[in-house]
Amino acid sequence: MNRPHLLVVMVEDHPGVLNRVVSLLRRRSINIDSITVGHSEQPGVSRITLVVPGTDDDIEQATKQLYKLLEVLKVTDVTDLPVVSHEMALIKVSAKAQHRQEILLIAQMFNARVIDASPNTLLLEMTGPEDQVDSLLAMLRSFGIRELVRTGSIAMTRGNQQISGKGLHNGVAPTVAVGAN
Amino acid sequence: MSTTKTASSSVLPGKAVTNGNSNGTVSPRTSPETLTGSQITCRALEAEGVDVVFGYPGGAVIPLYDALPSAGFHHVLTRFEQWAALAADGYARATGKVGVCIATSGPGATNLVTGLANSQLDSIPVVAITGQVGQAMIGLDAFQETDITGITLPITKHNYLVQSVEDIAPTIREAFYLARSGRPGPVLVDIPKNLFQASGKYVPAAVRERRGYQPTTTPNQRQVRMAAELLNNAKRPLIMAGHGILISGAEDSFAKLVDQTGVPVIFTLLGQGSLPESHPQALGLMGMHGHRHVNRALEECDVLVNIGARFDDRATGKVAEFAPKAKVVHVDIDPAEIGKNVHTDVPVVGDARQVINVMLQEVEPRSHDAWLAWIDSQRDTALEAALEDRPDWPEPYTIIKALGQATSHDAIFTTDVGQHQMWAAQHLGLERPNRWLTSGGLGTMGYGLPSAVGAKIGRPDLEVWTIVGDGGFQMSLNELATCVQEKLDVRIAVINNGYLGMVRQWQDLFHAKNYSEVEIYGPDFVKLAEAYGATGFRVTKDSEILPTIQKARETAGPVVIDFVIEPEANVWPIVPPGASNSDMMLHRFEDH
Repeated sequence: MNRPHLLVVMVEDHPGVLNRVVSLLRRRSINIDSITVGHSEQPGVSRITLVVPGTDDDIEQATKQLYKLLEVLKVTDVTDLPVVSHEMALIKVSAKAQHRQEILLIAQMFNARVIDASPNTLLLEMTGPEDQVDSLLAMLRSFGIRELVRTGSIAMTRGNQQISGKGLHNGVAPTVAVGAN
Repeated sequence: MSTTKTASSSVLPGKAVTNGNSNGTVSPRTSPETLTGSQITCRALEAEGVDVVFGYPGGAVIPLYDALPSAGFHHVLTRFEQWAALAADGYARATGKVGVCIATSGPGATNLVTGLANSQLDSIPVVAITGQVGQAMIGLDAFQETDITGITLPITKHNYLVQSVEDIAPTIREAFYLARSGRPGPVLVDIPKNLFQASGKYVPAAVRERRGYQPTTTPNQRQVRMAAELLNNAKRPLIMAGHGILISGAEDSFAKLVDQTGVPVIFTLLGQGSLPESHPQALGLMGMHGHRHVNRALEECDVLVNIGARFDDRATGKVAEFAPKAKVVHVDIDPAEIGKNVHTDVPVVGDARQVINVMLQEVEPRSHDAWLAWIDSQRDTALEAALEDRPDWPEPYTIIKALGQATSHDAIFTTDVGQHQMWAAQHLGLERPNRWLTSGGLGTMGYGLPSAVGAKIGRPDLEVWTIVGDGGFQMSLNELATCVQEKLDVRIAVINNGYLGMVRQWQDLFHAKNYSEVEIYGPDFVKLAEAYGATGFRVTKDSEILPTIQKARETAGPVVIDFVIEPEANVWPIVPPGASNSDMMLHRFEDH
């Protein structure tokens, strides 16, 4: 079954590492829906969150291939784990005076914030799960979306579970994909 | 796709400042030697035990070549950078050591690409050192600048752009470690010209601990036990012997396993030599040009143990119909190979030798005489008879068999790619490990001669032959000059049919004999050999085959034998591309 998978990839923070990760996925015909990169809690380690569509087998193979990159420390498929997965969107929506109240009401429903306004536009910021951002956009579309930017998802497991503790290799890695080659 | 890049990894390659000497306060007695980057490169190579490098000079590596005459290793000047990469590949296969090639920036580096891809697909340890334009010029489209680390990203195990003179030695140390450990492969080290010229301290480097690189060599005992259990209970087991057995040096353990279990053995193209072909349980080549009885055995086996092969499509044919009755055990050091192409029932990740050694403790003595007899009954005896009864031309199979016999199956044979390669794989009779050097994964035409150069340099004690077609030989025949210059006793058997034979065979069988662009004119190979200062012979009759091979063996320096064969001889059997191994086409006598 083809479905979006949410992967968390811990990598060494070196120039060119993102290129290696992305290039490998391209090479193996894996499309990327979204990718976000940033520091993790560990110095020298970056955390990449990927949304990639594919079958479970495709993603397992991609995961194993990612492990072969020297700088990749850990790959976790959190798709079926209890996770919080959020993205942020900035939305510039057309808002003439007669529509402003209605748009503000919609924004309120989604906990979106107004961060800028002009006589004809409102700039909304929303943070939340991807489908909620989609819903907000669906509600706003009829007013006219002037500009849109989305960050792509970042994810973290709920509760006590920890993706990036010490001993990165002894975590949730697939059974055969221990270590790299 | 949305991207947020907030990591602080924004130091642009080439914009980094060279560290220079920072410890001028240390007393000269204890401080490490100050050397140029070129000298450090040579020292670092010497520290890896390098005794020969294959290369070609050019602008960005002139400073490195300045240091070569006083380096502790020999440099072989090939006639094209691709041959340097393939010679390093041949050297590595013949010796088990890391092969080294050197090229300049730009075209020199890009010419390495095919060779590196060849080593990548066949898991051969090679380190390539390339010069890069000076750091100040990187990114400016300078003369002979190419992004060689970008270009080689998907065809190397890893690559580096060195950023400081102090990094040269540790990077080369790590490059060699990566090239030869785990699943071996090519590693490229790109060094900007100004770093060769800069001065720095040479400190012999230790291998850096890398969290992200921990090859699994010791197998999971439980998995091995499950594999052994399958073997112990199998009625019709088969072992598929792959290159990994040779890479891990497991031939002796493997022979014990084969003897103890009584299991018949089939070979992938690169797995040949892992068990002597004269062994009663050694059945021969599998796959697209595999023997009929071998592919029949695959159809019927109930347990298939793949040791160190990656289920390449040329070996498996149509995957959905591969070994349809078998439980599959897959032993591989690379976890990513497990389940990639063929569904695996029992995966075993680990070094082949370690796995076999553990397996030896678990397998029970068995014999499979009835199964072996059945397989034997599936031999294509009609083909074998036909091959021995064709008087008009020097028969390719006869030439190949004669080469094996004349050299007592003890020589190193390299091949090019095409029909001659498959004839050789089927009929050479490979008895020893690491004596069969062929481009399996990439199928690199031109591989034959440069790999023979590398093999002969690495193993001067062994007789070295290369079997090539007239097409592939015309790609790399300029290496004859290298052979003469290096005084190499390399024997070149040209299987000359005036065609790009394998393509012609496919056009014959699958494209209604539409011989599109396969007729290939060639020079007089005897005169050509003489022009290079080598020796040339021509063979046009069966009766001349053996005597000419003997003459070549007694001649010093490189020898070319031009075996003029029937233009339209085909390789039999053949599994049509995309078809199941069970749909192999057997011979067609009217073709002969």
